[in-house]
Amino acid sequence: MSHDDNPYDLLADEHGEDHRWAFGTGFTDPLAGVDTAVPAGVDAAGLAAYCLMLADDALIYSHRLQQWVTRLPELEEETAVANIALDLLGQARLLLARAAAADPSLGADEDRLAFFRDEPQFRNVRLVERADADFAELVARLFVFATWRLALFERLRASADPVLAAIAGRAVSELAYHRDYAAQWVVRLGDGTDVSRDRMRQGLAAVWPLTEELFTRHPVEEALGRVAADPAAVRAEADLVLDTVLSTAGLERPSAGPLGRVSGRTGRDGVHTEDLGYVLAELQSVARAHPDATW
Amino acid sequence: MVTATAREVAGATPDPELPPLTIADLGILRSVEHEGDTVVATITPTYSGCPALREIGVDLRRRLAAAGFARVEVRTRLAPPWTSDWITAEGRRKLAETGIAAPHAAPDGSGERGPVPLTLLASRPAVACPMCGSARTVRTAEFGATACKALYRCDECREPFEYVKEI
Repeated sequence: MSHDDNPYDLLADEHGEDHRWAFGTGFTDPLAGVDTAVPAGVDAAGLAAYCLMLADDALIYSHRLQQWVTRLPELEEETAVANIALDLLGQARLLLARAAAADPSLGADEDRLAFFRDEPQFRNVRLVERADADFAELVARLFVFATWRLALFERLRASADPVLAAIAGRAVSELAYHRDYAAQWVVRLGDGTDVSRDRMRQGLAAVWPLTEELFTRHPVEEALGRVAADPAAVRAEADLVLDTVLSTAGLERPSAGPLGRVSGRTGRDGVHTEDLGYVLAELQSVARAHPDATW
Repeated sequence: MVTATAREVAGATPDPELPPLTIADLGILRSVEHEGDTVVATITPTYSGCPALREIGVDLRRRLAAAGFARVEVRTRLAPPWTSDWITAEGRRKLAETGIAAPHAAPDGSGERGPVPLTLLASRPAVACPMCGSARTVRTAEFGATACKALYRCDECREPFEYVKEI
């Protein structure tokens, strides 16, 4: 391969010989060239707040999935989980960039939003915060998350914000692959040995209290009308998928009630479990120790 | 005449992850147009997290500059989303030559609005082995070395191979 055909040399050339990829350098705006004007009649601040919710779900969950890489049971699972984490990171980048472009008063770009907000400013659902206890819990969480997010994003393809609709249009087919991957494992583990069935049951029981929050409409979503997808309205579709897969696997729906709220507030309001702090510490530490570093 | 040249130069840009194929073969390059004295190349990402997009942009600018186009702008277009149906006949021929199975038709038209069906219980069309042509193949992993590929094995000639996923 000649020097000119090597993409790493090309990237290095662009920044001069002494620069290499690093936080804050060399990442182009994923919405470069996209018309990011907020349509008339759409509340820009509300749109940005909504995009942050959807971005943070993907950003935090992507990080938790990345932590699995090198620890998974088979090479095929390594590539699958790494690819799923990469898809979600891509969705997070687009949505963070959408939030930043929609509301300049945030005074931030994609990187500032990811690396310099504190815990109460994150708007992700609590489902994505905790590290999985084992592979069955990873499967359970991914199954619930992808089923829910796919149902939401199917509807977001018709969002009154064309940028959000375009991001959703791309993400839907990715999420369909994520859901199918998880669903196949739910069936294999649930319909497998006594040990795998027990593990799958425990995994589902661990994540089930966090599902109620997914289908609860938030005031930000209510105020946005046709820009947002109503999470309460996707419940029937998501339930149908969840029940079909669980019954194929010979598993029961867990009976555990929802995790409590704090004064009526949840992840969408910036009230999180203690697990989020550990994710952010790892995700943000390099960027905060070396703000605007290049090397 | 000049536009055709800019399009030819841009279209010859190789894909960083599938170097035998160009971004025109893959359907990533959507248009090349002149706006005043600027050449505007528009590309559509294959996947949300595609890490090759930036390299493609850098390479596009470099190639067009080398061909004498002083002002070049690379724009992203997100809608409609990329589909594997955009891979050209030439692209599919090059994939087969490289030992990679070309994708079946995408299941879900990009403009559709309905729920995506669960494929858990559905049987999928067989993927023919790009080495020996046998349809006796099995999928070994839904996700391969890159986001756009799955892994298969041929039970006839015993060779493993990659398949570009339909999306």
